[in-house]
Amino acid sequence: MCGIVGLFLKKEELRPKLGELLTDMLITMTDRGPDSAGIAIYGDDGLLKITVQSDTPDTTFAGLDTALTAALEGPVTMRVTDTHAVLTLPEGTETLARAFMAEKGIRVMGAGHSMEIFKEVGLPRDVAARFNLRAMSGSHGIGHTRMATESAVTTLGAHPFSTGADQCLVHNGSLSNHNQMRRVLAEKGFAPQTQNDTEVAACYISSRLAEGAHLGEALEGTLRDLDGFFTFVVGTKNGFGVVRDPIACKPAVMAETEDYVAFGSEYRALANLPGIETARVWEPEPATVYFWER
Amino acid sequence: MQTVDLANTPLRELNTALQAQAVTTNQTQWEVLNPKGAHAIAVGLDAPIEVTVNGSTGYYCAGMNKQATINVTGSAGPGVAENMMSGTVVIEGDASQYAGATGHGGLLVIKGNASSRCGISMKGIDIVVFGNIGHMSAFMAQSGNLVVLGDAGDALGDSLYEARLFVRGSVKSLGSDCIEKEMRPEHLEILRDLLERSGADARPEEFKRYGSARKLYNFHVDHAGAY
Repeated sequence: MCGIVGLFLKKEELRPKLGELLTDMLITMTDRGPDSAGIAIYGDDGLLKITVQSDTPDTTFAGLDTALTAALEGPVTMRVTDTHAVLTLPEGTETLARAFMAEKGIRVMGAGHSMEIFKEVGLPRDVAARFNLRAMSGSHGIGHTRMATESAVTTLGAHPFSTGADQCLVHNGSLSNHNQMRRVLAEKGFAPQTQNDTEVAACYISSRLAEGAHLGEALEGTLRDLDGFFTFVVGTKNGFGVVRDPIACKPAVMAETEDYVAFGSEYRALANLPGIETARVWEPEPATVYFWER
Repeated sequence: MQTVDLANTPLRELNTALQAQAVTTNQTQWEVLNPKGAHAIAVGLDAPIEVTVNGSTGYYCAGMNKQATINVTGSAGPGVAENMMSGTVVIEGDASQYAGATGHGGLLVIKGNASSRCGISMKGIDIVVFGNIGHMSAFMAQSGNLVVLGDAGDALGDSLYEARLFVRGSVKSLGSDCIEKEMRPEHLEILRDLLERSGADARPEEFKRYGSARKLYNFHVDHAGAY
């Protein structure tokens, strides 16, 4: 069991409230996943940035921006939030920056031009407070509360998983052909970094998008190529998608108004959204792809 | 009228109060405010009282109901009226997965759509859905009646025992051992009564009946070689 929440705003005015709305939704889903929590949040399309994590942030992040500026031969800024740091990088230096982090033993959570990822072990309420999620603004975001089944309760095992620029995926369920898919994806150059089954699904989506598939096509492909139980919610720079396996035993509720599209594992997560009383509320059909793009 | 606001009353307190009502209680009308998708609202009731839940409920609303009438003005989450014994449960909106699962008796009315596994393993409950039902509905259904004014999804009535299934719209596919059957006068009578009691706007003659082919009941000696 896990909890998923997602919010895709249609109106500019609501952007400053994204963090607040999403945090409340996330905390409501605590009893579906008290092990760990995470959120991917999409802000303005700006400079290239990378979100990194360290269990010893005080020492690891001290002087990291200066060291990286020297290594990349260009300006780097750093914003540290608890165990995470978001670094802006000169354009075209992501590969170099990743190599730099790998050498220093710093974990990369995700990279892109608008997405930042924050995830940690602990109760959703505590994780949200540590990262001050409530104060964040943006156009869309996806959150996850984890009750681990397929791999250990660690920071890297928490969701969302990001395996491509500005891409993220969260999952409720368990995949049964992830070892087979791991080999297929590794051959394509999208090798998962952890033993987690969800990361395999994220890599699958990234590989399909890299091959030129549309978000809808990539989601459609999960129905053919991934075996197991899943409700996936996927974020891209401009898009937000949902797909459930044909058995559809992992719960999902969606709501749409003129202001937003919202996803929750349960209606409880949506119950306090503005205008929910008059929203169109429905349960996404099994084996059916839903996505929104701006 | 007793009003309980879940915004300031713990759910356990509500259920304790509802479950404590004697058959002869004079507190027969209850209203629940701010359900906001909470789980297990109005479960395990055993008195002829009427409870109206103003809003949408989460998992297992009205589970194990006996005698009581429970109305939900919004939609219901998974497992609504699960294992109901008697009484009536009415959902004005939609119902999620496995509505009325394993129910032994009583009437469950869903005025919107019901999703997958509606009436799974039903054992005597009557379920009337004004809209559509999802896949694997009435799986291993043993007795009772499932009436659907709209369409049914894949694998309707898979491994069915003796429950009767009545569908007005299309059936995407029938499950193993479920077949269309002749609509006899006694079936029209059952249907007429259920449509009337649930307030459904439909005529019995518009429905088709589905039931068990009874081929899975006994071990088939022809298959002995397969083991």
